[in-house]
Amino acid sequence: MSGAAAASNVAQKDDSQRRQKEMIADHFAKLERAKEDGRKVVYTFVPGNLTELLRALDILPVLPEINALQSGMRGKSAGYIAEAEKAGHSEDVCTYVKCDLGMMLSGNVGPTGTKIPPPDLLLLSYTGCFTFLKWFELLKEAYKCEVAMLHVPYMPDGVVTPDMRRYVVDQLRDQIIPALERVTGKKLDLDELARRLALSRQAEDDLVAVWESARRRPSPIDGYFGGVYYIGPMFTAFRGTEEAVAYYRSLKAEVDERIAQKLGAQTPDGPIAQEKYRLVIEGPPNWTSFYDFWRMFSREGAVPVASTYTRVGGLYDTGFRHDPEHPLESLADYCLGCYTNLGLPSRVDLLERYIKDYSADGFLINSVKSCNSFSAGQLLILRELEKRTGVPGAFIESDLVDPRYFGKANIENRIQSYFQMLEARKEPTRAQPQSGSGSVA
Amino acid sequence: MKCVVGIDLGSTTTKAVLLDLDGAVIGRGITNSRSNYGVACAVALEEAHTTARMHMLRVAFEKHGALGADELHTLLDALQTAFRLELFLAELGHLKSVITALMKSPLRVASHPERDAAVEQVLTTVAREAPRFFARGNTRRSDFFRDLAGEAFMSAAEAISGKSGVPFEQIVGLYDRAIIRVETELERRDFATLLAAATERVAAADEGLTVSMRADWKSIARQVAAEPLEDIAFTGTGYGRQTLPFPKDSVRSEILCHGRGAHHMFPGTRTVLDIGGQDTKAIQIDARGLVSTFQMNDRCAAGCGRYLGYIADELNLGLHELGPLALQAKRVVKVNSTCTVFAGAELRERLALGERREDILAGLHRSIMLRAMSLLARSGGISSEFTFTGGVCKNPMATKMLAELVRENYGDLVHINIHHDSIYMGALGAALYALDDVRAGKPGLLPAFATATFIALPSAGDAACHA
Repeated sequence: MSGAAAASNVAQKDDSQRRQKEMIADHFAKLERAKEDGRKVVYTFVPGNLTELLRALDILPVLPEINALQSGMRGKSAGYIAEAEKAGHSEDVCTYVKCDLGMMLSGNVGPTGTKIPPPDLLLLSYTGCFTFLKWFELLKEAYKCEVAMLHVPYMPDGVVTPDMRRYVVDQLRDQIIPALERVTGKKLDLDELARRLALSRQAEDDLVAVWESARRRPSPIDGYFGGVYYIGPMFTAFRGTEEAVAYYRSLKAEVDERIAQKLGAQTPDGPIAQEKYRLVIEGPPNWTSFYDFWRMFSREGAVPVASTYTRVGGLYDTGFRHDPEHPLESLADYCLGCYTNLGLPSRVDLLERYIKDYSADGFLINSVKSCNSFSAGQLLILRELEKRTGVPGAFIESDLVDPRYFGKANIENRIQSYFQMLEARKEPTRAQPQSGSGSVA
Repeated sequence: MKCVVGIDLGSTTTKAVLLDLDGAVIGRGITNSRSNYGVACAVALEEAHTTARMHMLRVAFEKHGALGADELHTLLDALQTAFRLELFLAELGHLKSVITALMKSPLRVASHPERDAAVEQVLTTVAREAPRFFARGNTRRSDFFRDLAGEAFMSAAEAISGKSGVPFEQIVGLYDRAIIRVETELERRDFATLLAAATERVAAADEGLTVSMRADWKSIARQVAAEPLEDIAFTGTGYGRQTLPFPKDSVRSEILCHGRGAHHMFPGTRTVLDIGGQDTKAIQIDARGLVSTFQMNDRCAAGCGRYLGYIADELNLGLHELGPLALQAKRVVKVNSTCTVFAGAELRERLALGERREDILAGLHRSIMLRAMSLLARSGGISSEFTFTGGVCKNPMATKMLAELVRENYGDLVHINIHHDSIYMGALGAALYALDDVRAGKPGLLPAFATATFIALPSAGDAACHA
């Protein structure tokens, strides 16, 4: 068990966690005032979000998945999902979608308690999740609002070809930017876009340094549960802003300080006492029991050192950076390279790389039942990774924000079994009893 | 004698296995988990101690050397049977005292002298008939007191109700209330007293047994009963393992324990299927018996042992009666759902369509095993040898269906191990881990927990425990 405060159920947080929470609350406050401030609001998705472009036109983004996960963490998703089911959406539909629709049907009050304004435009960057299309189709009908769709080609083998890039750039230039200009009544200032891309780049450098700190033993960060806090500003409304640059600068300093103090990863019960298992995680966390789920790892001394979920909104640690010299091309490359847009072979390659680079003892897949586009093929990923790395994998199933699909005892049983399996495989001593076979007694 | 203990606290049954410090199995016990996990553990452990002492008795007799192998076998068999009968009668006494207390309860709404007399008569009949249940050659389908006493009580109640005119429901109503208390209260049984009674019973029956040795074997039995049996390390596993009063390191996942137990019994094992009451697990193990990967059902317990339990309840049958009945099927009805919640509805629907009970049951068994096959496929398939563990192993139709499906999907080359003791596999694995701890000299696992009291466990029922 880690930390002196292990007995308490109040989660301990570090400064960066508090700071990003404040940033998000501030953003929601701005959204609430958007109409009176005369600012336009665009709903868009995390993977493939074009925040620099929106910000360059002084547009405020709303990210429905983030609202849904925040509602999940704050205990509001069950009610919203029930609302959406009452409205006719099946039990098997993506629970982010139902949570978002339920929130809308309940008055569109966001997770921090402020009203979220209706969209002036729905900006649909299609990056691998086919549910996104249907989701905005529903919002289009509900808000009677225009959809601007950016079609990002799927990357089956992980390589961005010049044709792919040109295809996305053409759409940005000919359809997306004109749509945003029409909604705002403003002309895009390419210098402002370049300035914002340069800010993104700075923040991205610091974020990658934070990810790579997990190569150390002990890892100063939790690259999954802690990681979802670290990606908050980068994945939501803040890429290309001075606030994001300042946040990632201070986050990096915080991590450097942890390294200097030889502190292990932060957990809800304080710094981890002993890093027993280093894990790579595939799949999103469960949000409705986020801290329970986290403690199933942290209290066993398991530290996620890298995760793919923290790359769904942008993959930076393979070298990509936003480039002010080539603004539209780099936005295209960003969208193409999001983790959600990668084919299974690329996902396996990336996970293999993480397992090796971060010296993982194991890897775990949290498969989300209501997320077909992401969960399909995960058992194949598991088998292939075991074959390539010799590192044993674990497989659990839960959901994003529907608390009905989080079976605590069952998940805990699997996770504990997995850790005990890792432990047993380390132990050299084994009792070799007398009898080899036959009857128990 | 020093020994280590593995406890498998399952959702349906609780098992205990005792190993001596050389790793030989010396005792085992099983009981239904009921609503009080603490009592279940204590009963299973006590039963394991009983079998361990029987084992010690065998060793002592062998050492004495005056009996030939056949004679020894006959004597031990007679002693064990007599012991079981004594234990049954002691438990029946407990049941009787609870029923009497209920009849005399100041909270009773009205007095029922005719009913009370009928119940007394039923209990007397059951006690009188008891030796017949344990007669040589009479195979009992279950050794659980609840099953044995229940069957006997119902049959006697039916006869006496017919004669006395007291409604059957009134008689069994008292039994139903009492058995729950009997199961959640722990009555300590003194092995020496029961064994002494058993030896007297065997001696009296004689049947040509070892007359010349009688004095000797009685004194050996007394010595064995007096010898201390010291549990020096425990490992707990199973669905309810988190409630066991053991340190964290002495609680192991049932996945590891079933893998370990299966490998110990059948060292060639590479794939294990464990169907327990609440979970089904497909486990792959390596040549050392270490788990390399596993899959288990998600929170939905469809197709697990509990499903069969509901089906048995729905048909008013004992769990142990399902398999034999299903074996009488003429055809296998196609059943799509193994949802535990809808088990009753599925069954009634088929009955309403005019299907035979046996044929429906065959279909239900097949669908459970199809679900298990899917889980096995997800875990990486079946490699020979394949060992089936868990309570469902006792069900002959389940094992038949499994064997058929393995052959259909993986061919004839997979060697399948299904042992009649497979239900103990998890407890055996746990005991082996406890032995590891002893050999590694892990501090904190030894004498301090020898006196671990299970009775302090949280009680799910409202009945008090009497230690």
